Amino acid sequence: MGDSFLRHSPLAHLGLAARATEVSEFEATKFEADDAEAGVAMGERPYRGLVNLRGPAGDKAFDSAVEKALGVALPIEPNTTAGPGKNKDSLRVFWLGPDEWWVVTPGDGPAMADRLRTALAGQKAAVTDVSESRTCIHIRGARARDLLSKGCPLDLHPRMLSAGRCAQSLCAKAMVALHQTEDDSGDGAKEGGPAYDVYVLNSFAEYLWLWLEDAAREYGLRITAE
Amino acid sequence: MLLIPCPYCGERDETEFSYGGEAHIERPKDPEKLSDAEWADYVFMRPNSKGILLERWVHSHGCRRWFNLARDTVTYKIHAVYRMGEKPPRVPKTDYV
Ligand SMILES: [Zn+2]
Repeated sequence: MGDSFLRHSPLAHLGLAARATEVSEFEATKFEADDAEAGVAMGERPYRGLVNLRGPAGDKAFDSAVEKALGVALPIEPNTTAGPGKNKDSLRVFWLGPDEWWVVTPGDGPAMADRLRTALAGQKAAVTDVSESRTCIHIRGARARDLLSKGCPLDLHPRMLSAGRCAQSLCAKAMVALHQTEDDSGDGAKEGGPAYDVYVLNSFAEYLWLWLEDAAREYGLRITAE
Repeated sequence: MLLIPCPYCGERDETEFSYGGEAHIERPKDPEKLSDAEWADYVFMRPNSKGILLERWVHSHGCRRWFNLARDTVTYKIHAVYRMGEKPPRVPKTDYV
Protein backbone atom coordinates (compact mmCIF):
# COMPACT_ATOMS: atom_id res chain seq x y z
CA MET A 1 0.00 0.00 0.00
CA GLY A 2 1.73 3.18 -1.16
CA ASP A 3 1.79 6.43 0.75
CA SER A 4 -0.70 8.86 -0.69
CA PHE A 5 1.92 11.54 -1.34
CA LEU A 6 3.68 9.12 -3.68
CA ARG A 7 0.65 8.77 -5.95
CA HIS A 8 1.41 9.89 -9.43
CA SER A 9 -1.04 10.48 -12.24
CA PRO A 10 -0.10 8.86 -15.57
CA LEU A 11 -0.99 12.21 -17.20
CA ALA A 12 1.00 14.38 -14.77
CA HIS A 13 3.76 15.03 -17.32
CA LEU A 14 1.27 16.58 -19.75
CA GLY A 15 0.84 19.58 -17.45
CA LEU A 16 -2.92 19.69 -17.95
CA ALA A 17 -3.59 21.93 -14.97
CA ALA A 18 -1.38 24.64 -16.50
CA ARG A 19 -3.34 24.45 -19.75
CA ALA A 20 -6.74 24.59 -18.07
CA THR A 21 -8.96 27.57 -18.77
CA GLU A 22 -12.22 28.85 -17.29
CA VAL A 23 -15.31 29.01 -19.48
CA SER A 24 -15.45 32.80 -19.82
CA GLU A 25 -11.77 33.10 -20.65
CA PHE A 26 -12.09 30.28 -23.17
CA GLU A 27 -15.14 31.65 -24.90
CA ALA A 28 -13.41 35.00 -25.25
CA THR A 29 -10.34 33.54 -26.88
CA LYS A 30 -11.40 30.43 -28.79
CA PHE A 31 -15.03 30.86 -29.69
CA GLU A 32 -15.12 34.48 -30.78
CA ALA A 33 -16.54 33.69 -34.17
CA ASP A 34 -17.95 30.26 -33.42
CA ASP A 35 -21.06 29.12 -31.71
CA ALA A 36 -20.30 29.49 -28.03
CA GLU A 37 -22.25 26.28 -27.37
CA ALA A 38 -19.95 24.19 -29.52
CA GLY A 39 -17.01 22.20 -28.37
CA VAL A 40 -15.70 19.75 -25.88
CA ALA A 41 -14.22 20.23 -22.44
CA MET A 42 -11.80 17.64 -21.14
CA GLY A 43 -9.84 17.21 -17.94
CA GLU A 44 -8.30 14.56 -15.76
CA ARG A 45 -9.93 13.44 -12.53
CA PRO A 46 -6.96 11.63 -10.99
CA TYR A 47 -6.45 9.86 -7.69
CA ARG A 48 -9.82 8.24 -7.29
CA GLY A 49 -10.18 5.20 -5.11
CA LEU A 50 -11.17 2.12 -7.11
CA VAL A 51 -12.10 -1.10 -5.37
CA ASN A 52 -13.03 -4.23 -7.25
CA LEU A 53 -15.69 -6.30 -5.51
CA ARG A 54 -16.79 -9.81 -6.43
CA GLY A 55 -19.44 -11.85 -4.72
CA PRO A 56 -22.75 -13.66 -5.07
CA ALA A 57 -25.39 -11.06 -5.90
CA GLY A 58 -28.73 -12.19 -4.53
CA ASP A 59 -27.17 -13.80 -1.47
CA LYS A 60 -28.83 -12.08 1.49
CA ALA A 61 -25.81 -11.96 3.78
CA PHE A 62 -23.60 -10.59 0.98
CA ASP A 63 -26.10 -8.02 -0.27
CA SER A 64 -26.91 -6.64 3.17
CA ALA A 65 -23.28 -6.53 4.34
CA VAL A 66 -22.29 -4.54 1.26
CA GLU A 67 -25.28 -2.24 1.50
CA LYS A 68 -24.49 -1.55 5.14
CA ALA A 69 -20.85 -0.78 4.37
CA LEU A 70 -21.55 1.46 1.36
CA GLY A 71 -24.87 3.02 2.24
CA VAL A 72 -26.35 1.90 -1.06
CA ALA A 73 -27.55 -1.41 -2.51
CA LEU A 74 -25.43 -2.99 -5.23
CA PRO A 75 -26.67 -2.28 -8.77
CA ILE A 76 -27.96 -5.57 -10.22
CA GLU A 77 -29.19 -4.30 -13.57
CA PRO A 78 -26.39 -4.56 -16.18
CA ASN A 79 -24.61 -1.34 -17.13
CA THR A 80 -25.98 0.73 -14.27
CA THR A 81 -24.41 2.53 -11.33
CA ALA A 82 -25.70 3.32 -7.85
CA GLY A 83 -24.63 5.76 -5.21
CA PRO A 84 -25.88 7.22 -1.96
CA GLY A 85 -25.45 10.81 -3.18
CA LYS A 86 -25.92 12.79 -6.37
CA ASN A 87 -22.72 14.80 -6.02
CA LYS A 88 -20.27 14.03 -8.82
CA ASP A 89 -17.57 13.36 -6.27
CA SER A 90 -19.57 11.08 -4.00
CA LEU A 91 -19.18 7.33 -3.81
CA ARG A 92 -20.49 5.39 -6.80
CA VAL A 93 -20.84 1.66 -7.46
CA PHE A 94 -20.54 0.42 -11.05
CA TRP A 95 -21.99 -2.85 -12.35
CA LEU A 96 -19.18 -4.65 -14.20
CA GLY A 97 -20.63 -8.14 -14.45
CA PRO A 98 -23.24 -10.38 -12.80
CA ASP A 99 -20.94 -10.90 -9.81
CA GLU A 100 -18.50 -8.01 -10.15
CA TRP A 101 -18.58 -4.32 -9.23
CA TRP A 102 -16.33 -1.33 -8.84
CA VAL A 103 -16.62 0.92 -5.85
CA VAL A 104 -15.42 4.33 -7.01
CA THR A 105 -14.67 6.73 -4.21
CA PRO A 106 -13.19 10.23 -4.05
CA GLY A 107 -11.49 9.05 -0.87
CA ASP A 108 -8.88 6.50 -0.01
CA GLY A 109 -9.12 3.25 -2.01
CA PRO A 110 -7.25 1.04 0.48
CA ALA A 111 -9.42 2.34 3.33
CA MET A 112 -12.56 1.50 1.34
CA ALA A 113 -11.17 -1.97 0.60
CA ASP A 114 -10.52 -2.49 4.32
CA ARG A 115 -14.05 -1.39 5.15
CA LEU A 116 -15.53 -3.88 2.68
CA ARG A 117 -13.20 -6.67 3.76
CA THR A 118 -14.25 -6.19 7.38
CA ALA A 119 -17.92 -6.12 6.43
CA LEU A 120 -17.57 -9.30 4.37
CA ALA A 121 -15.37 -11.25 6.79
CA GLY A 122 -16.06 -14.97 6.52
CA GLN A 123 -18.10 -14.60 3.34
CA LYS A 124 -17.32 -15.94 -0.10
CA ALA A 125 -16.36 -12.62 -1.66
CA ALA A 126 -13.27 -10.91 -3.03
CA VAL A 127 -12.22 -7.32 -2.42
CA THR A 128 -9.26 -5.87 -4.30
CA ASP A 129 -7.95 -2.31 -4.23
CA VAL A 130 -7.20 -1.35 -7.84
CA SER A 131 -6.93 2.42 -7.31
CA GLU A 132 -3.48 2.62 -8.89
CA SER A 133 -4.50 0.83 -12.08
CA ARG A 134 -6.37 3.62 -13.81
CA THR A 135 -7.03 7.28 -14.13
CA CYS A 136 -10.22 9.05 -15.13
CA ILE A 137 -10.67 11.43 -18.06
CA HIS A 138 -13.72 13.65 -17.78
CA ILE A 139 -15.31 14.72 -21.08
CA ARG A 140 -18.27 17.01 -21.51
CA GLY A 141 -19.74 19.40 -24.01
CA ALA A 142 -22.15 19.63 -26.90
CA ARG A 143 -19.86 17.46 -29.03
CA ALA A 144 -18.72 15.06 -26.29
CA ARG A 145 -20.88 12.26 -27.70
CA ASP A 146 -19.56 12.85 -31.22
CA LEU A 147 -16.01 12.77 -29.89
CA LEU A 148 -16.45 9.42 -28.13
CA SER A 149 -18.32 7.98 -31.11
CA LYS A 150 -15.18 8.37 -33.20
CA GLY A 151 -13.41 5.69 -31.21
CA CYS A 152 -16.02 3.79 -29.21
CA PRO A 153 -18.29 1.10 -30.69
CA LEU A 154 -20.98 1.59 -28.02
CA ASP A 155 -24.36 2.97 -28.94
CA LEU A 156 -24.12 6.29 -27.10
CA HIS A 157 -27.64 7.41 -27.97
CA PRO A 158 -29.54 8.54 -24.84
CA ARG A 159 -31.95 5.60 -25.21
CA MET A 160 -29.00 3.24 -24.59
CA LEU A 161 -26.63 5.26 -22.41
CA SER A 162 -27.84 8.03 -20.13
CA ALA A 163 -26.73 9.67 -16.90
CA GLY A 164 -26.04 7.10 -14.21
CA ARG A 165 -25.31 4.28 -16.64
CA CYS A 166 -21.92 2.71 -17.26
CA ALA A 167 -20.39 0.35 -19.81
CA GLN A 168 -17.09 -1.33 -20.40
CA SER A 169 -15.91 -1.12 -23.95
CA LEU A 170 -13.11 0.12 -26.15
CA CYS A 171 -12.12 3.63 -27.13
CA ALA A 172 -9.57 3.94 -29.91
CA LYS A 173 -8.88 0.24 -29.20
CA ALA A 174 -7.98 0.95 -25.55
CA MET A 175 -10.04 -0.80 -22.89
CA VAL A 176 -12.19 1.71 -21.01
CA ALA A 177 -15.02 1.88 -18.54
CA LEU A 178 -17.42 4.63 -19.46
CA HIS A 179 -19.70 6.31 -16.94
CA GLN A 180 -22.15 8.90 -18.18
CA THR A 181 -22.37 11.46 -15.38
CA GLU A 182 -24.79 13.95 -16.91
CA ASP A 183 -27.47 14.02 -19.57
CA ASP A 184 -27.55 16.56 -22.37
CA SER A 185 -29.60 18.96 -20.26
CA GLY A 186 -27.74 18.25 -17.01
CA ASP A 187 -27.25 21.16 -14.64
CA GLY A 188 -23.51 20.75 -14.46
CA ALA A 189 -23.12 20.44 -18.24
CA LYS A 190 -21.74 23.91 -18.66
CA GLU A 191 -20.93 23.29 -22.29
CA GLY A 192 -24.50 22.23 -23.00
CA GLY A 193 -23.91 18.56 -23.67
CA PRO A 194 -23.62 15.20 -21.96
CA ALA A 195 -20.76 14.45 -19.58
CA TYR A 196 -18.73 11.26 -19.26
CA ASP A 197 -16.07 9.83 -16.99
CA VAL A 198 -13.73 7.57 -18.94
CA TYR A 199 -11.67 5.20 -16.79
CA VAL A 200 -8.55 4.04 -18.61
CA LEU A 201 -5.61 1.88 -17.58
CA ASN A 202 -2.53 3.92 -16.62
CA SER A 203 -0.46 2.42 -19.40
CA PHE A 204 -3.03 3.56 -22.00
CA ALA A 205 -3.82 6.92 -20.41
CA GLU A 206 -1.32 9.10 -22.28
CA TYR A 207 -2.17 7.44 -25.60
CA LEU A 208 -5.91 7.85 -25.07
CA TRP A 209 -5.64 11.44 -23.87
CA LEU A 210 -3.58 12.44 -26.91
CA TRP A 211 -5.93 10.54 -29.20
CA LEU A 212 -8.95 12.31 -27.69
CA GLU A 213 -7.25 15.69 -27.84
CA ASP A 214 -6.50 15.21 -31.51
CA ALA A 215 -10.00 13.91 -32.24
CA ALA A 216 -11.56 16.87 -30.40
CA ARG A 217 -9.63 19.48 -32.34
CA GLU A 218 -12.34 19.97 -34.95
CA TYR A 219 -14.93 20.71 -32.24
CA GLY A 220 -12.82 23.17 -30.28
CA LEU A 221 -11.28 21.82 -27.08
CA ARG A 222 -11.11 23.42 -23.69
CA ILE A 223 -8.99 21.80 -21.01
CA THR A 224 -10.42 21.87 -17.54
CA ALA A 225 -8.99 21.45 -14.07
CA GLU A 226 -11.21 18.83 -12.44
CA MET B 1 -19.04 -6.75 -38.42
CA LEU B 2 -21.26 -8.77 -36.09
CA LEU B 3 -23.53 -7.31 -33.45
CA ILE B 4 -23.27 -9.91 -30.71
CA PRO B 5 -25.94 -10.15 -27.99
CA CYS B 6 -24.01 -10.62 -24.73
CA PRO B 7 -26.47 -12.33 -22.35
CA TYR B 8 -25.49 -9.79 -19.68
CA CYS B 9 -24.68 -6.50 -21.46
CA GLY B 10 -26.93 -6.68 -24.50
CA GLU B 11 -25.94 -6.11 -28.11
CA ARG B 12 -22.33 -5.06 -28.55
CA ASP B 13 -19.88 -4.67 -31.37
CA GLU B 14 -17.87 -7.76 -32.37
CA THR B 15 -14.58 -5.97 -31.53
CA GLU B 16 -15.43 -6.24 -27.82
CA PHE B 17 -15.47 -10.06 -27.97
CA SER B 18 -13.03 -12.92 -28.37
CA TYR B 19 -13.83 -16.26 -29.94
CA GLY B 20 -13.55 -19.48 -27.97
CA GLY B 21 -14.16 -22.13 -30.61
CA GLU B 22 -16.73 -24.90 -30.65
CA ALA B 23 -18.78 -25.38 -27.48
CA HIS B 24 -19.70 -28.54 -25.54
CA ILE B 25 -16.45 -30.40 -26.15
CA GLU B 26 -16.12 -32.60 -23.12
CA ARG B 27 -12.76 -33.24 -21.57
CA PRO B 28 -12.10 -36.98 -21.44
CA LYS B 29 -12.89 -38.35 -17.97
CA ASP B 30 -9.70 -40.37 -17.74
CA PRO B 31 -7.00 -38.63 -19.84
CA GLU B 32 -4.30 -41.05 -18.61
CA LYS B 33 -5.97 -43.91 -20.45
CA LEU B 34 -6.06 -42.12 -23.80
CA SER B 35 -3.67 -42.93 -26.62
CA ASP B 36 -1.78 -40.05 -28.25
CA ALA B 37 -4.09 -40.29 -31.23
CA GLU B 38 -7.21 -40.07 -29.04
CA TRP B 39 -5.76 -37.13 -27.11
CA ALA B 40 -4.87 -35.32 -30.34
CA ASP B 41 -8.40 -35.95 -31.53
CA TYR B 42 -9.81 -34.31 -28.39
CA VAL B 43 -7.42 -31.36 -28.49
CA PHE B 44 -7.29 -30.56 -32.20
CA MET B 45 -9.92 -32.22 -34.33
CA ARG B 46 -13.16 -30.31 -34.93
CA PRO B 47 -15.92 -31.11 -37.42
CA ASN B 48 -15.76 -27.54 -38.82
CA SER B 49 -19.29 -28.04 -40.02
CA LYS B 50 -21.03 -25.80 -42.51
CA GLY B 51 -24.21 -24.38 -40.99
CA ILE B 52 -25.29 -23.71 -37.45
CA LEU B 53 -22.46 -24.14 -34.98
CA LEU B 54 -22.66 -24.00 -31.18
CA GLU B 55 -19.67 -21.92 -30.17
CA ARG B 56 -18.13 -20.13 -27.21
CA TRP B 57 -17.47 -16.41 -27.00
CA VAL B 58 -16.13 -14.21 -24.24
CA HIS B 59 -17.07 -10.55 -23.79
CA SER B 60 -13.42 -9.75 -23.19
CA HIS B 61 -13.63 -5.95 -23.35
CA GLY B 62 -17.00 -5.81 -21.60
CA CYS B 63 -18.20 -7.90 -18.67
CA ARG B 64 -15.53 -10.58 -19.30
CA ARG B 65 -18.08 -13.41 -19.09
CA TRP B 66 -18.14 -16.51 -21.29
CA PHE B 67 -21.33 -17.56 -23.06
CA ASN B 68 -22.50 -19.61 -26.04
CA LEU B 69 -23.87 -18.68 -29.44
CA ALA B 70 -25.67 -20.75 -32.06
CA ARG B 71 -24.34 -19.10 -35.22
CA ASP B 72 -24.66 -20.02 -38.86
CA THR B 73 -21.15 -20.24 -40.30
CA VAL B 74 -22.45 -19.49 -43.80
CA THR B 75 -24.76 -16.53 -43.23
CA TYR B 76 -23.25 -15.46 -39.86
CA LYS B 77 -26.82 -15.17 -38.56
CA ILE B 78 -26.94 -15.62 -34.79
CA HIS B 79 -29.87 -17.93 -33.96
CA ALA B 80 -29.55 -18.11 -30.20
CA VAL B 81 -27.48 -17.03 -27.24
CA TYR B 82 -27.30 -18.95 -23.97
CA ARG B 83 -25.23 -18.83 -20.82
CA MET B 84 -22.57 -21.24 -19.69
CA GLY B 85 -24.12 -24.27 -18.03
CA GLU B 86 -27.40 -23.85 -19.89
CA LYS B 87 -28.66 -26.47 -22.33
CA PRO B 88 -28.24 -25.57 -26.00
CA PRO B 89 -31.51 -24.38 -27.50
CA ARG B 90 -33.22 -26.03 -30.44
CA VAL B 91 -31.98 -24.46 -33.65
CA PRO B 92 -33.30 -24.81 -37.18
CA LYS B 93 -31.66 -27.44 -39.39
CA THR B 94 -29.41 -26.21 -42.15
CA ASP B 95 -28.82 -28.24 -45.26
CA TYR B 96 -25.97 -26.61 -47.07
CA VAL B 97 -24.21 -28.77 -49.60
ZN1 LIG C 1 -21.08 -8.61 -21.52
